[in-house]
Amino acid sequence: MADISTLAELSGNIATVGYGLAAIGPAIGVGIVVGKTIEGVARQPELAGRLQVLMYIGIAFTEALAFIGIAVGFIFT
Amino acid sequence: MLLFAGTPFAMNRIMIIRIIALLAIVLIFWLGTRKMKIVPGRFQSLVEMGLDFVRVNIAEDLLGKKDGRRFLPILTTMFFMILFFNLTGIIPVLNIAGTSVIGVPIVLAAVSYICFIYAGVRKHPAAFFRNALFPPGVPWFLYIIVAPIELVSTFILRPITLTLRLLMNMVVGHLLLVLFFSATSFFLFTAGGWWSLLSIGSLAFGFVFTLFEILVAVLQAYVFALLTGVYIQLALADEH
Repeated sequence: MADISTLAELSGNIATVGYGLAAIGPAIGVGIVVGKTIEGVARQPELAGRLQVLMYIGIAFTEALAFIGIAVGFIFT
Repeated sequence: MLLFAGTPFAMNRIMIIRIIALLAIVLIFWLGTRKMKIVPGRFQSLVEMGLDFVRVNIAEDLLGKKDGRRFLPILTTMFFMILFFNLTGIIPVLNIAGTSVIGVPIVLAAVSYICFIYAGVRKHPAAFFRNALFPPGVPWFLYIIVAPIELVSTFILRPITLTLRLLMNMVVGHLLLVLFFSATSFFLFTAGGWWSLLSIGSLAFGFVFTLFEILVAVLQAYVFALLTGVYIQLALADEH
């Protein structure tokens, strides 16, 4: 007789999708940072160098979250 | 363990790769600055371009002429050390980045941590930690929330994120290349039949990602030196 109390069963380890979930936020963040920089450069091309430095700093802070996501997979196994 | 196994100087593959990268740095800078000319030759101008990039775009841009000069040696060392250690990841035969084990990133992050705290304490002997934990201009009751956040973000998360950013970029890059090239080998030799057509695609992707890894190697060296510069700049900033 089928077990009617279980609608869906998951076997294996859900941690495999963990990094995928962890990458969503930083991906959106990096997209916004780069997009806004392009917008800024389009408005004021003479500031391109300064904006690029700020963009790399912004990306570095944002993507750190994604790399913590990878590291967590190695630490908590 | 490959060299000197059994002795305290036992070395594995990654350590040997680091030593090769170190020798490459010494050789390139020795050859590039051995006979300095006023009108530089092709090789000397290449070396000068790299050194100029760190001096103008990182040190002087962030810290200004005077402080830029003071912290230029450490920023230059960090940039070129990370650059060469990263680039071993895409050189055939070596095939793994010297920074893809936690030792090197953690040491570099510790150097950066000590450096920006030293810069801050030297500039504001009494006020550095107070300004870092209790930023001026915030209403006093907000310090209950702000001080712990500043403590964690400045003194704990900065070195951790510096380490993880460099380490994980290199680990992930290596894993991606391994996946693409082992997939190529699998499709071509194990799966056989029509599957072997897929090996063309995975080989092409492996090649493209090798080029991407060069970009990542340069970018991570730049970002590490840049962030160290930013932390020093924040520590040196005068309170308003």
